[in-house]
Amino acid sequence: MAKNFFAGRWGIICVGAVIGILAGALQKMGNPGNMGICVACFERDIAGALGLHRSGVVQYLRPEIMGFVLGALIAAFSFKEFKPRSGSAPIVRFILGFFAMIGALVFLGCPWRALLRLAGGDGNAIIGLLGLAGGIWIGVLFLKNGYNLGRSQATHKSVGLLFPLIMLGLLCLMFLYPQVAGENKSGVLFYSLKGPGAMHAPLFISLAISLVIGFIAQRSRFCTMGAFRDLILFRHIHLLTGLISLVVFAFVTNFILGQFNPGFEGQPVSHTMQVWNFAGMVLAGLAFALAGGCPGRQLFLSGEGDGDAAIFVMGMIMGAGIAHNFGLASSPKGVGPHGIAAVAIGLIVCLFIGFTMRKNIKGV
Amino acid sequence: MSITIDARGYSCPQPVLMFMKAIKSGSENEVIVMVDTDASKENVSRAAESKNYSVTDIQQQGDEYRMTLIKD
Repeated sequence: MAKNFFAGRWGIICVGAVIGILAGALQKMGNPGNMGICVACFERDIAGALGLHRSGVVQYLRPEIMGFVLGALIAAFSFKEFKPRSGSAPIVRFILGFFAMIGALVFLGCPWRALLRLAGGDGNAIIGLLGLAGGIWIGVLFLKNGYNLGRSQATHKSVGLLFPLIMLGLLCLMFLYPQVAGENKSGVLFYSLKGPGAMHAPLFISLAISLVIGFIAQRSRFCTMGAFRDLILFRHIHLLTGLISLVVFAFVTNFILGQFNPGFEGQPVSHTMQVWNFAGMVLAGLAFALAGGCPGRQLFLSGEGDGDAAIFVMGMIMGAGIAHNFGLASSPKGVGPHGIAAVAIGLIVCLFIGFTMRKNIKGV
Repeated sequence: MSITIDARGYSCPQPVLMFMKAIKSGSENEVIVMVDTDASKENVSRAAESKNYSVTDIQQQGDEYRMTLIKD
């Protein structure tokens, strides 16, 4: 069997570079500022497009999310890595996804966007990334003390295909009800007329780029949470090299395209309430660490048949709906009216999960 | 001493943690690790090499891998 180039050191560096460059390009072609790619934001926009929340500025059925899952699916089938599996604490994964999203929306970005914000000159991202590392560090303490989600079971092929099929279905909806200029609704889908939801690259470009990223990310196991976790837990820098590569190449791309604007104030889709930038990402980082992957990685795992990762994604989409309905998500003005309470509850829930799901692993 | 670790069904980082825990005593010359995803196989291989174990054999049995790691 041919060795998997993307799983090697140069492979992961290439993948980080490709993601960084294409994210900068997506921004240039219409995606919001420092949001060429943001898994959390894009899932939130999808929740909006489906009417799960009615925040008019963040409604768009982002094709990037479908492309990530379907690209990973194609890679998994091409290399015989499609392994339908599920049954490893699904409800826990749902809850972790739910609160991971809330934490990310208090900061305003998933780890990918935190890196892209940094590469775009947004200093607030540094605080967010410190929070992310802090949350993952807490997660590592749980891992060291025997926390785990239990085994998954191999299952029917159809189980692993369900989530990619949902993505295909959403894509069909988008073709069926395309955006109509000046209209906030097309068929069953909501479309933003202003705000970040109204900013997007052309559909086919977004789809093509995300299919490529989904494909190579599945091959490389690219994971931003894993990058910090493996560094803290094992002193392994493999995934971290990919993450650094992403930042460097996104920075260079932004610089060339005139998208690099250093500073803290007035950065696109961000706020300067640093305590909550930090705390939001502590919550998100802890939830990702307990769930075993960043939001991007969960999408790629979903594409290779992991039904539990798919449940995590569903939890994130549900979390996005609630976050906007309940006023938990931040805006450029600062945290939402109930964002702080939601972060506190989320941390308590994650600690409850971390403390109670411990046992010495059998089989050693 | 030889030891067998059944990490099937566990997602990362569990298989690596299980391997690390198994070799902690330092008395294991041969470690057999059973995993069921390619990511786990790669992660365990990488961890093994960082701990001076060589991956001497990987047998594929259906969707599962049985890895043999020998201390250098």
